[in-house]
Amino acid sequence: MSDSPVDADEVRHVAELARIDLDREEVEAFASQFADILAYFDALDEVPEVEQEADLVNVMRPDEVRECLSQEEALANAPETEDGYFKGPRVS
Amino acid sequence: MTAQALEQRDLAVVIGLEVHVQLETNSKIFCGCSTEAAEDEEPNTRTCPVCLGLPGALPVLNEGAVEAAVKVGKALNADIPEETSFHRKNYYYPDLPKNFQITQYDAPICRDGTIEVEIEGERRVINVRRAHLEEDPGSLQHKGGSIDAADYTLVNYNRAGTPLMEIVTEPDFRSPREARRFLAKLEEVLEYLGVFDATRDGSLRVDANISMVPADEVDADGRIDEEALAAANRTEVKNISSHKGAEKALAYEVTRQKNAIQRGRAVEQETRHWDESRGITVSMRSKEEEKDYRYFREHDLPPLRVSDWKEKIDIPELPDARRERFREAYGLDVEAASKLTSTKAVADFYEDVVEEFDPDLAATWVADNLLGELNYRDMAITDVEERLGEFTRLIELVDAGEITRKNAEEIVLRRMLDEGEPPEAVIEAEGLGTVGEDEVERAVAEAIEENPEAVEDYRGGEGGAINFLVGQVMRKTGGSADPGDVNAMLRERLDE
Amino acid sequence: MAELNAFITEETVESDADGPLSGKTIAVKDNISTEGLRTTCGSAMLEEYVPPYDATVVTRLKESGATIVGKTNMDEFGMGGTTETSAYGPTKNPVDHSRVPGGSSGGSAAAVAAGDADLALGTDTGGSVRNPAAFCGVVGIKPTYGLVSRYGLVAYANSLEQIGPLAPTVREAAELLDVIAGPDDSDSTTREEGADSNYAAAADGDVDGLTVGVVTDLVEGADDRVVEVFEDAVADLESEGATVREVSLDSLEHAVQAYYVIAMSEASSNLARYDGVRYGVSASSASGGSEDGRSESSGVSGGFEGNWNDSFARSREAGFGPEVKRRVLLGTYALSAGYHEKYYKKAQDARAWIKRDFDEALSEADVLASPTMPVLPPKLGESLSDPLQLYLIDANTVPVNLANLPAISVPAGEADGLPVGLQLVGSKFGEAEIVRAASAAES
Repeated sequence: MSDSPVDADEVRHVAELARIDLDREEVEAFASQFADILAYFDALDEVPEVEQEADLVNVMRPDEVRECLSQEEALANAPETEDGYFKGPRVS
Repeated sequence: MTAQALEQRDLAVVIGLEVHVQLETNSKIFCGCSTEAAEDEEPNTRTCPVCLGLPGALPVLNEGAVEAAVKVGKALNADIPEETSFHRKNYYYPDLPKNFQITQYDAPICRDGTIEVEIEGERRVINVRRAHLEEDPGSLQHKGGSIDAADYTLVNYNRAGTPLMEIVTEPDFRSPREARRFLAKLEEVLEYLGVFDATRDGSLRVDANISMVPADEVDADGRIDEEALAAANRTEVKNISSHKGAEKALAYEVTRQKNAIQRGRAVEQETRHWDESRGITVSMRSKEEEKDYRYFREHDLPPLRVSDWKEKIDIPELPDARRERFREAYGLDVEAASKLTSTKAVADFYEDVVEEFDPDLAATWVADNLLGELNYRDMAITDVEERLGEFTRLIELVDAGEITRKNAEEIVLRRMLDEGEPPEAVIEAEGLGTVGEDEVERAVAEAIEENPEAVEDYRGGEGGAINFLVGQVMRKTGGSADPGDVNAMLRERLDE
Repeated sequence: MAELNAFITEETVESDADGPLSGKTIAVKDNISTEGLRTTCGSAMLEEYVPPYDATVVTRLKESGATIVGKTNMDEFGMGGTTETSAYGPTKNPVDHSRVPGGSSGGSAAAVAAGDADLALGTDTGGSVRNPAAFCGVVGIKPTYGLVSRYGLVAYANSLEQIGPLAPTVREAAELLDVIAGPDDSDSTTREEGADSNYAAAADGDVDGLTVGVVTDLVEGADDRVVEVFEDAVADLESEGATVREVSLDSLEHAVQAYYVIAMSEASSNLARYDGVRYGVSASSASGGSEDGRSESSGVSGGFEGNWNDSFARSREAGFGPEVKRRVLLGTYALSAGYHEKYYKKAQDARAWIKRDFDEALSEADVLASPTMPVLPPKLGESLSDPLQLYLIDANTVPVNLANLPAISVPAGEADGLPVGLQLVGSKFGEAEIVRAASAAES
């Protein structure tokens, strides 16, 4: 009941989904580690289906306006800003 | 289904819509920041740790957004299930402060609703598969750069966290026009509920799905064979922001797709972007990447059990019902009823006026005079509400004969709207009080005496000569006499 | 202070208020937001991040009169059990400088153990308060999920974590818990219980009539030296009037897997926000662009090569350490199409099963007992080669987070001169019981 080991392609695919730019060494290292870890996780296949109950429900706040941050506070930690905007990479 | 086979057959259009509407609440869906944008507001001035996605911030659900959603569900006759919950939709984009959007996935707050739309005189029922709550992302501005430097984007999170309702229809539309009618109707219903403001920028965003299927796969009731629909390639059109835009974009697509098919080319399954300024859709194939959103429950927000809210929350009378009632209760014709229910505010106003006056008279005043003036000024009734306090007084004054209808419509009403002056003040300032009957009689007598040629002409058969005499009387009375009455009086005298 | 490297930022923040903690100094783990005071989460990604707001617990600390003396070292974003994944260097165990202090709240435990602070706040996702408490020989409490507000706690695994107190004695830990516990409008998962609590009063050492259930599954497989100290501690409780019995929970076999799948999945989502736009390491500074990493430019930006996907990926590659990357990647994998049912859904089933098992066990005993850690504190550098081995030492602590229950680690004695912790687990909102039992054990 074990999966085939996770290969480099799969690691690269997941790295893309997670937006992390791995170098070749990291891809290889992770591929072998993941194989072990995921094999270990396979034990979960044995677990029966159990119903989950909701505990807390209907937690809401009234529709009231509260004080917000100033523009300065909002931008304070941004690596790059321009005219009060956050500066981001281009989007296609 | 190959393009070869398709090009031999008649084609039918199948359209489904995903509509995002901004809900009119005071504060954002998960935090207390205001949803109201000040005019010319500076970027990033309406944010907090929560809607900015700062480390450690947590969402707290706005009760007003839930109420608004239940109202929509009620108006759509939708089911509100026993338990509804929030999920995270995980993807990366600079307008998304957390790089996930809190939305609803397999347990939406509304399911299986309907909206009736009138299309070419026919009442059609459009099925709404689901409607759910989610948060709006921020707004992006693309910046071009010089040749040696990269382009970049400017991001403003003021809008991030505004409550949205996503309303998804079944693929029930058979033409771009139907889609437009539906959207107009949806806007009307939402506006009546008080949860939507069409004048607000970006308050409506539409994604449309369109497929062409062989016409013979559509039965007489408009139902489509499931397999045929699944086999047809579906185009998604994004960036539509009005009901008119929807019709244009979809009409463009129908033409584009029909052309392609007739030339034996396949229509791709893809996403396209509607460019309003150029009037075309553009392929976004480069964006067709992995769409694995890895949905899982948003654990920071406990689930909702609000199915009983449907009973408890009142919604106002909806537009169709109100129109019907106006026709029956006030004996109005279709056109008048329609004008008087164009918005909830107009309908409410009319019903105030009708308490004091005959429905037809009230209708003329509100639908013809008032709305006419407002349309000319490109204003809504809500823009001048404070200035309409004396509106019924104005009608009274005309009814009592104290001023002429003409003066009331052309001078007094306009001054009321433009300057906010009460009717009596205008009447006095302009000397518009109607003249007493004695005075009119005297003026008539004078006019006859002073203008023997006109009198002779009239008696000689020239009917039009009386207009000259009416004009003379009007001049003498400073325009305050009623021209109809004057005309009658002159004839009476001259015909003796 | 400096030689242990217990602190990432040392700065004194005095309180104007007069309250139960007046005159006390407190160290705050560096993943708890402090307004105007750098909060790094032990990561290079947030090296310069200064929050514009206080976590609710910090507000409560200030209102109680406590003086904050700094932000403590931790495993990066809470991911680790030895404080060795910190981007700011490891912390040394005050009891033995060649060994780890435990983690992820290693800095907080070390500061208390060394006397550099009277009290400390840590966070516990899978044992991160109890583990270092055990390894450093101090008291640490993981409250019931929902007792303490998480507003301002930088999220790692939001369905598992809680902020908890560390102190030299049970009573002091309970006093600190009283200050921070209670519902918060800013955290929708907090509960009414804990408002006006008085857990400190329960530190009376009176265990007459208390039933203690020893969880045999968590004793088997532990180091013999640890087991010996543990059994002596349990025997002590018995001599003080407690009744001891044995319990076994079958579901515990899957606890570590379930924990890691859930924690990694949530982490992959909770850490998605670190893309260098609103805060953190930016792509341009990552690729050596601007000098100070921050610029107000009115012209065109340099350093944004490629589109937003490339930019985000470079920022995160530079800002995250290997353990964080590992967990984010595995979590992404566990949630991804094709694997979601196999991993994430199954882990949720395991969790529900574990909750039920604990509820049953706690109907037969007032508190459950086990060694906090199955091993003695490892040497620095020993644990880093094999990630899976590292995950396994959490076996005794993670089940408690999965079950949303409260637990305390209290010093039980020493083995070979190294501290051993006794873990006591209570029923939901049963903090008073575990405080009571622990106070008996420490005397």
